[in-house]
Amino acid sequence: MAKIHVTTTINGAPTEFLCDPSQTLLDVLRDQLGLTGSKEGCGSGDCGACSVTVDGRLVCSCLVLAPEAEGAKVETIEGMAQGDKLHPLQKKFVEMAALQCGICTPGFLIASRALLERNNNPTETEIRYWLAGNLCRCTGYDKIIHAVMEVAAEMRESAK
Amino acid sequence: MTDIQFKVAKTVREAASLMAAAKGKGRILAGGTDLLVQMKAGMVTPGTIIDVKKIAEMVSITETKGSYRIGAATPAAVIGEHKKLRKAWPGVVEAINLIGSTQVQGRASAGGNLCNASPAADSVPALVAAGAIVTIQGAKTRRQVPVEKFNSGPGKTTLKAGEIVVSLTLPARPKTSGDAYLRLIPRTEMDIAVVGVGVSLTMKGDTCVSARVGLGAVAPTVLLVEAAAKALTGSKLDAKALDAAANACSAACRPIDDKRGTIRYRTKIAGVLLRRATAIAADRAKGISRPAHSQQGH
Repeated sequence: MAKIHVTTTINGAPTEFLCDPSQTLLDVLRDQLGLTGSKEGCGSGDCGACSVTVDGRLVCSCLVLAPEAEGAKVETIEGMAQGDKLHPLQKKFVEMAALQCGICTPGFLIASRALLERNNNPTETEIRYWLAGNLCRCTGYDKIIHAVMEVAAEMRESAK
Repeated sequence: MTDIQFKVAKTVREAASLMAAAKGKGRILAGGTDLLVQMKAGMVTPGTIIDVKKIAEMVSITETKGSYRIGAATPAAVIGEHKKLRKAWPGVVEAINLIGSTQVQGRASAGGNLCNASPAADSVPALVAAGAIVTIQGAKTRRQVPVEKFNSGPGKTTLKAGEIVVSLTLPARPKTSGDAYLRLIPRTEMDIAVVGVGVSLTMKGDTCVSARVGLGAVAPTVLLVEAAAKALTGSKLDAKALDAAANACSAACRPIDDKRGTIRYRTKIAGVLLRRATAIAADRAKGISRPAHSQQGH
């Protein structure tokens, strides 16, 4: 069967890959491009562990076909830190112990960043609804929500 | 899954021709939030996947003289961010924005929700109440059908071979109109409706001069409940009118018993939600802003 040639941009880097028509973006990221930060939890869009942004829009990469990445800008967890410099959300998750086993963490970070880019003053309720598609099975949600609220407060402070 | 073709259609006509050429094995890819899950579960094996998101008409929202045309593949998040549409049709937009998580909202579309044909689809009762018209493209011709006539059973539509849904059109209506959608779920988010009710009203002072009611998850397809609308129309939405409309909704129910709710429970709740959705729609018609649900951060 003919493979599809896809030209895309991942974390700012022009990227090409070959894929099957029914392969998901998550499969290509992990298995072909070695970007294993995005996790496969459920594979059906319920858990959010595979969250990435495509053209700035938060999506589950397990529910995106790899050929759909043609011409798009994909952002994954691998693009979040700048070298050794962690993103404020990453730093805060570490400081406030907002993770335990870590499987859900990349998805939570990508989803939280997408929220704070739109709204740097979300209420706790808004954060909880925004992150309702990200499931955590060990730490629980309070530490995660509080970490996001702290980062939002810092963003507002530094914007003054 | 080895013979699947992936095609990107540039025009509606091209998408319809690809659909016809696929001879019943074509599947439209809008947001893919149903299609990919069904493929992974082995429920469908498409011959050709036709991506329609490069077709401007199918991923945009346009307004003409107060009427809104929503491209069938427009992501729910984009619909939720459209301020004018949200103001004009808050019930339709809140129903569409209840589908799934933020991630799902980034991809899922109203056209997909309609074509997936679940009796519990959240957007459909609100679209039925709104009097939405579905525009359908076949290989040669276009046709339009009222949204309540589109589905024929669970998972079944009235689309003929080679036809695709292009857009949904919401009619222009007087400023003194309002709509609302309420659903019952056992949780606060991310669940399938036990019952869903959409109500759209036009008021003249305290009198309701026209009404439409859509009822979901209580029959094989979403229902237009004309008897409920009739009970509300001409009334001041007083207790007698609300009782009659609620009873009409309960009487229209032909639900199943399942883990989400019993026949008795669904039948009762249909009336309860009718009352509550009517109150919200009436307030909105009078210009009183009423959130029906805890909203996500937009």
